[in-house]
Amino acid sequence: MSTRTRAAAARRAARPAKTNRIGLEKTAYRGRPSTLCKGCGHDSVSQRIVNAAWEMGLDQTQVVKLSGIGCSSKTPAYYLGWSHGFNSLHGRMPSVATGAIIANSSLEVIGVSGDGDTASIGIGQFKHAVRRNLPLIYIVENNGVYGLTKGQFSATADEGQFLKYQGVNDLPPLDICMEALTANATFVARSFAGDPKQLEALLKAAFNHRGIAVLDIVSPCVTFNNHDTSTKSYGFGRANEIKLHDLNFVPEFEEIEIEDYEDELEVELHDGGSIILKKIDPDHDPTDRTAAYNVIQQSLDEQKLITGLLYINEGEPTLTELLNLTDTPLTHLPDEKLRPSREALEGVMATLA
Amino acid sequence: MSVAVREAPIVKPDAPAAVNDFAINVATANGSGSQTSNGVLLRALFKMGIPINGKNLFPSNIQGLPTWYIIRLSKDGFLARREMTDIQVCMNGRTVAEDMERAAPGGIVLYDDSLPVANRRKDVTYYGMPVKDLVKEAKLPHALRDYVANMVYVGVLAELLGIEPEEIEAALLHHFEGKEKAAGLNMEMVERAIDWASAHVGQHHGYRVERMTGFNEGKILVDGNTAAALGALAGGLSLASWYPITPSSSMAESVEKYASALRTDKDTGKATVAVIQAEDELAAIGMVVGAGWTGARAMTCTSGPGISLMSEFAGLAYFAEVPAVIWDIQRMGPSTGLPTRTSQGDILAAYYLGHGDTRHVVLFPANPAECFDFGRIAFDLAEELQTLVFVLSDLDLGMNAHISEPFEYSDAPFKRGKVLSAEDLEERQGSWGRYMDVDGDGIAYRTLPGTRHNMAAYFTRGTGHNEYGYYSERPEDWEQNLERLKRKFETARQLVPSPILDEVEGAQVGIISLGSNHDGVEEARARLEATGLATNYLRLRALPIDESVRTFIDRNRIVFVIEANSDGQLHNILTTEEPAQALKLVSMAKCDGLPLSARYIVGEVEKAVEEALI
Repeated sequence: MSTRTRAAAARRAARPAKTNRIGLEKTAYRGRPSTLCKGCGHDSVSQRIVNAAWEMGLDQTQVVKLSGIGCSSKTPAYYLGWSHGFNSLHGRMPSVATGAIIANSSLEVIGVSGDGDTASIGIGQFKHAVRRNLPLIYIVENNGVYGLTKGQFSATADEGQFLKYQGVNDLPPLDICMEALTANATFVARSFAGDPKQLEALLKAAFNHRGIAVLDIVSPCVTFNNHDTSTKSYGFGRANEIKLHDLNFVPEFEEIEIEDYEDELEVELHDGGSIILKKIDPDHDPTDRTAAYNVIQQSLDEQKLITGLLYINEGEPTLTELLNLTDTPLTHLPDEKLRPSREALEGVMATLA
Repeated sequence: MSVAVREAPIVKPDAPAAVNDFAINVATANGSGSQTSNGVLLRALFKMGIPINGKNLFPSNIQGLPTWYIIRLSKDGFLARREMTDIQVCMNGRTVAEDMERAAPGGIVLYDDSLPVANRRKDVTYYGMPVKDLVKEAKLPHALRDYVANMVYVGVLAELLGIEPEEIEAALLHHFEGKEKAAGLNMEMVERAIDWASAHVGQHHGYRVERMTGFNEGKILVDGNTAAALGALAGGLSLASWYPITPSSSMAESVEKYASALRTDKDTGKATVAVIQAEDELAAIGMVVGAGWTGARAMTCTSGPGISLMSEFAGLAYFAEVPAVIWDIQRMGPSTGLPTRTSQGDILAAYYLGHGDTRHVVLFPANPAECFDFGRIAFDLAEELQTLVFVLSDLDLGMNAHISEPFEYSDAPFKRGKVLSAEDLEERQGSWGRYMDVDGDGIAYRTLPGTRHNMAAYFTRGTGHNEYGYYSERPEDWEQNLERLKRKFETARQLVPSPILDEVEGAQVGIISLGSNHDGVEEARARLEATGLATNYLRLRALPIDESVRTFIDRNRIVFVIEANSDGQLHNILTTEEPAQALKLVSMAKCDGLPLSARYIVGEVEKAVEEALI
């Protein structure tokens, strides 16, 4: 250890550890050590989740982390160590999440997926989860490539993109935000793994959104797809990112106090928090679906990474609301509430006699 | 009105009639409303106390293709499908010629007189029913004419056989759920047909029905899918997710139908059960696994093609040890097969579903009352064993109405298995491993998501894991885990419903069968015993098998394994699991899409006897 780092460590030890509103240090929000490649965008996303959860003071025991299969789907093991996690099947995270949410509607559910997991094998379940407005934070760590099987094209790979083993990709990409929007998503955002501030603000807003929150996060694959010609590389992201807004998230327990913001739009979220957008592009209103389509199309046409909150609608009922389930989660109901009375069953049997 | 030719009955007027012991086959076109008329006939006979069954042989089609409904009356209480038809009703021009051939010698053919009739047999009595004229005279609203036309044969049969009109009226009211207008319109048609028949057909042509007692009292008339749905709702079901597929859809639809009456929370008026029509079978089972993992009782119902699609999740539920229940209402396979014909062809697929070393608990209900009980028991087993449980019903049991014992209400606590609460974790000071075999029975402890304790969480995965749920590629971890899963399967043998035994003193020939074959087996045994061949019978109710199966085979010189598939799938499993006795096991497997008849079973056993196997 150098003198400098030793001095830094001594300073840290002298400072009382910083705790959040439920008295926990940030380290309590960590998971197991990552086994992904050094520099992987997914690890940045995991760190953003840790930060956002800690800053919001989430009770991890009331959070579940679900995923499909792939590099991105391994990440739930690397954050929120006090939350139950389920690394399920390739492309099938949405259905597992649906079951978990119906069983216990009081849980905060994070689903993590990749571009292969969502846009290739799992496109059907993805779109149906969106259509049902499942109360779920749906994170896609999008790198345009299959990492865990060593570098095949996914359905979000750019047309004309070159990969070492597969050569040139001849097919146009599926755009996850566009797919979400056409399936009537109520929260659609795009961000970049290398943009901590924006990503954390979006994550916090997603936690406070009442229905499905789709976050398409461009997360470069340092091993198989990080050359600058790829729109999923660090180089491209940094050079071509256009932010729609400067974002700030204000949780319900903090007073709104924003500095230096003009031309702001405040969107109030279900849980009482709000996301504040400072307009860079004055024309984009994230409550306007058509505007959101246009921004995504513009991004495709111009090959630019337009990031930010593309669309939000807090007015649509969620799946659990439509099902009119008891406020008490089904998993918390006692036996006698989970079966009919003797009289009710006899009433049905009388119609069969 | 055209006047039907009155033809001399074959049976002499003074000959004794067959009372409550014959079969009626009604041939109609699909979508013509015959389900109502057939259901009404069946119910009227049931309420007259007569042991009956109805088998609907329908096409995979919504309108137009031929449908047959076979009602068997059996004063002795034999409820299997009967191969012979005594009274043939012909309402479908496309099949009238072959339908008329189906009537047994001495039988009766009732036919719509507008249908072309080619050759008349001399050994059968024909009556042409003036269906069109009778419908026209009734002056019904045009849209209803086609539907009530089928009530003509109900009225003619009522007069011919002596079915009480009051019971027909009551059955109509029951069918239309008390709507008097709809029931009345149909009853008017029945009465017109009775009047016509009393003038032109008369009674007693060798077949009569008479009110009787001693069999139907206290019983209900219900299909297995309805029973299974009610059983699941009574057994703590929280989520039913499903994708439409014949012949299982009516089970999910029954859950929806009865959910509000049975599972509305009386304090809040809100639902305590959710029903989701998924986008496909993969999503349906995925939702079940998600809910089961979270601690709710969840079920999906499907048929053969559905379980093929569910196979990856079946393996995950087995290996990650998540409670889940799949009801497979079997139809003919392989592939799309025959969607509207019955079979027991998924026994092997269900038992081993999934890649790698995978085995599942499989239950075999034989009647609606057992479907009801297994609705709850499947959840108890899934949660106790933390695994996937299959329930294998079939189209015959699931979709046809059967006379059943009434369902027994149970308020026994649900068996939730080994679940640690926050308080339990506090006592253990956090020392627990999700896949650790603390009790030696192979079943580890789990926690539910949302448990308020910072040691509650564990990571669930389908990849290799150690006792703490951490990813592991260590050979020792892999082997230990699979060894524990084998121990758990041994525990399962003790927990699943045991076989039902019926043994006869001195008998040395055994029968092992399962599920809806029961009625055919029981009738065959009675007929064999009457010819001097008494048999012992073991009705298997679950896999894995327990010790009683081995000792049963031990006690018999030969054991017929009777099942409704082509490969002898249960026979295959029994010979694998009881290799020392494999030579005693004789496969008797038939798969033609129809429920097994006693005639088939008797014929096969007698053939085996003749071939000096015994």
